[in-house]
Amino acid sequence: MNKVTTVSEAFSHIKDNDTIMVGGFLMCGSPEYLIHTFLEHPAKHLTIVNNDMGEYGSSLTPLLETGRVDDLICTWIVRNPAAQAMYKANPKCLHINPQGTLTERIRAGGFGIAAFYTPTGVGTIIEEGKDTRWFNGRKYIMETALRGNVAFIHASVADESGNIYMKGSSKNYNAAMATACDYVIVEADEIVPVGAIDPELVTVSGIYVNAVVPIPKKD
Amino acid sequence: MDNKNIIARRVAQMLHDGEVVNLGVGIPQLVANWLPEGVELIVHAENGIIGAGGYSKEGEGDPNVVDAGGMMIDVKPGAQFIISTDSFGAIRGGHIDMTILGAYQVDSKGNLANWCLPNKMGGIGGAMDLVSGAKQVVVAMEHTQKGNPKIVENCTYPLTGAGVVDYIVTEMGFMHVTHEGIVLEEINPNYTVEQVLAATDAKLIVPVNLKAMDIID
Repeated sequence: MNKVTTVSEAFSHIKDNDTIMVGGFLMCGSPEYLIHTFLEHPAKHLTIVNNDMGEYGSSLTPLLETGRVDDLICTWIVRNPAAQAMYKANPKCLHINPQGTLTERIRAGGFGIAAFYTPTGVGTIIEEGKDTRWFNGRKYIMETALRGNVAFIHASVADESGNIYMKGSSKNYNAAMATACDYVIVEADEIVPVGAIDPELVTVSGIYVNAVVPIPKKD
Repeated sequence: MDNKNIIARRVAQMLHDGEVVNLGVGIPQLVANWLPEGVELIVHAENGIIGAGGYSKEGEGDPNVVDAGGMMIDVKPGAQFIISTDSFGAIRGGHIDMTILGAYQVDSKGNLANWCLPNKMGGIGGAMDLVSGAKQVVVAMEHTQKGNPKIVENCTYPLTGAGVVDYIVTEMGFMHVTHEGIVLEEINPNYTVEQVLAATDAKLIVPVNLKAMDIID
């Protein structure tokens, strides 16, 4: 099945109140073309899931400035002034997680696990209001799975059926987020025919992917 | 030698060949410059690299290969690129020998505060996972912040981890966090014990066999 489509067709699946998972770690592996194009989309009251909300120059900053995003689920917002401003105006909009907890919540969401116990955050504000349990003499916090309606994913190479190769450290959150959303949109630096990516090098299988969008070449 | 390099050089002496370490930003990153002869580390970058190297030369970096600060780096022979879930699995699973990081405050129970100052939201990032999962947690920092003690009896800032710190290395000395409290095991010969105690809010245990910290002036 050929999943290559236009960005506008892919974005027609996004609606008000959606939770959008955005891959990337700072600018590495950030789906900048999708985020930038999404600035023109009408959907509002959105929740964005992203490690760090990007940094100076990232398209996440103008997206937050549109006022269409209500909630941020992330680990760190030091380099995004728009996220800092949202926090100052309404601290409740920020749902901060330890990084290993956020990425594991996403994996759980993609792979059918409802919740899990982690030692990370015991004795800190992360523990507040959560179930805890002792295993083998150590205290653990119960964390719940996280899923999204839509994922924005960056691929170095995608084939027409959505198999993805992610170069170097651009895999980061992109790999897990692609499994944890109802509609998964992949932007790709390069799109190749099915079979052109060595199966040994497929980072994420096309079975998780709904739409592949080419990134227009810059002049 | 400046304070930062005195600290980094002493931390480097704690490391053994082949150990897996995670280096925070600032002083911890300088540790790699002072490794004893024959000690080669496997550096874990939590964004997804086991076997991270130094910064790439200008114009030669790959934007798909960055460290946890977003800087383009090279990788060492034998490196692996991993996804975030596996990177933090390695941390929580106890596969990182030592995490070296800075702090706003450390206290006598080994509590660490390094992610959030009052009224200013920064972020947790990977710090809570690292201090909870790494086999050894070493705080490498200057002893005071503008003259104010950072080694305190009880942390007042939000905690990154409770009872997690094993060692504190500052320009004044080398300290071991024990069940009895913080033991000043070594002192920089350029300071007196009284000076160190005056710069420390926590009660320091000073053993009779207090050793001199190995420094280069």
